[in-house]
Amino acid sequence: MSSNFGMVTTRREDAEGFFQRMVSRGLGWARKYSLFQYPFVTACCGMEYMTMAGSRYDVARFGAEFPRFSPRQADLLMVVGTVNLKQAPILKRVYDQMAEPKWVIAFGVCASSGGFYDNYAVLQGIDRVIPVDVYVPGCPPRPEQVLDGLILLQEKIASQSHPLIDHAPPELLPEAGGKRNLLAGGGIS
Amino acid sequence: MSEQALQRVAEKFPEAIVHGYSQHGDETLVITREHLVDVLQYCHDDPELDLKMPSSLTCVDYIDETPRFELVYSLYSITKRHRLRIKVRVSAEDPSVPSVLHLYRGMDYWEKYCWDMYGIQFTDRSVPVERLWMYEEFEGHPLRKDYPLRGRQGLIPERNIRDIYRGPGPGPGSVPASRPAVPRPSQLPVIK
Repeated sequence: MSSNFGMVTTRREDAEGFFQRMVSRGLGWARKYSLFQYPFVTACCGMEYMTMAGSRYDVARFGAEFPRFSPRQADLLMVVGTVNLKQAPILKRVYDQMAEPKWVIAFGVCASSGGFYDNYAVLQGIDRVIPVDVYVPGCPPRPEQVLDGLILLQEKIASQSHPLIDHAPPELLPEAGGKRNLLAGGGIS
Repeated sequence: MSEQALQRVAEKFPEAIVHGYSQHGDETLVITREHLVDVLQYCHDDPELDLKMPSSLTCVDYIDETPRFELVYSLYSITKRHRLRIKVRVSAEDPSVPSVLHLYRGMDYWEKYCWDMYGIQFTDRSVPVERLWMYEEFEGHPLRKDYPLRGRQGLIPERNIRDIYRGPGPGPGSVPASRPAVPRPSQLPVIK
């Protein structure tokens, strides 16, 4: 009785698949309880964000209690509030500066779809600029809704599959003088 | 008390007054554009008026009327505790008024606002007028009635996604579309 029913696999592939699943489960378990968030707070949903982070609802129960105010130290970008077109490049830049792995929660209807600001100035949902993992509706959302969205995101993180990366040293580029081309993704061209 | 202020300005500049009315306790003078600086100078300097505080300057776009725009100067006196509202009509062909920045330093914000949102040009300013809220790449003036409601002008390209419902209206980068004229309620009736 094999999980690869109908497929011909070797013992090496079986072993690697088992090892990859173990690594994925371990990494997902570790990552889902240590989400450092970057609060991109622009509007009134920020009050609800404070409530969610405060002692009554206590997002620390889910391991996400540590807001980092540098995107380079954050795993989770929480876009809290209305993002207008003047601010969309800033949001894109903050997202680009975050290190992998990274996830995004759209907090409230304005971040999710623009809300009732259907006018000349407002970006109609941040998913037009950056990818979004969890949308939390509400104007503003209840803290329970946000915590529910966070649990959904934790389930997504825990179920993600992480490929086993071959950590062989990258080839040194002769045209770069034997140095790794860091600007082009670590030198593997 | 504000009626006295209204009468005082009206007696001083009889040739500048288009009309004036008092409604809901607010006194309003409609004056011509040529006398705007003189009237505001008098309101600022006269010790009986002493209207030293520029509460706001805004604009109304009566798109179906001529002249099209109406600038509304709201002045307040902190010492005398009265307020006066002064209106000036400007046409769509020449939407410019002389600046009163040399009288009221606080009008800088509001003149930027009227330029940004309505495209009113202010002449004789000591500092050049610039956009207040919108970005420099923005074309047009969004609070004009002929600016399209969803005429968004995005700064960065959108992601190429198909499965997300985009909502009504054109997206960013769309050009302002022509819009049929909407009948607007005319000006308030004169109550005197």
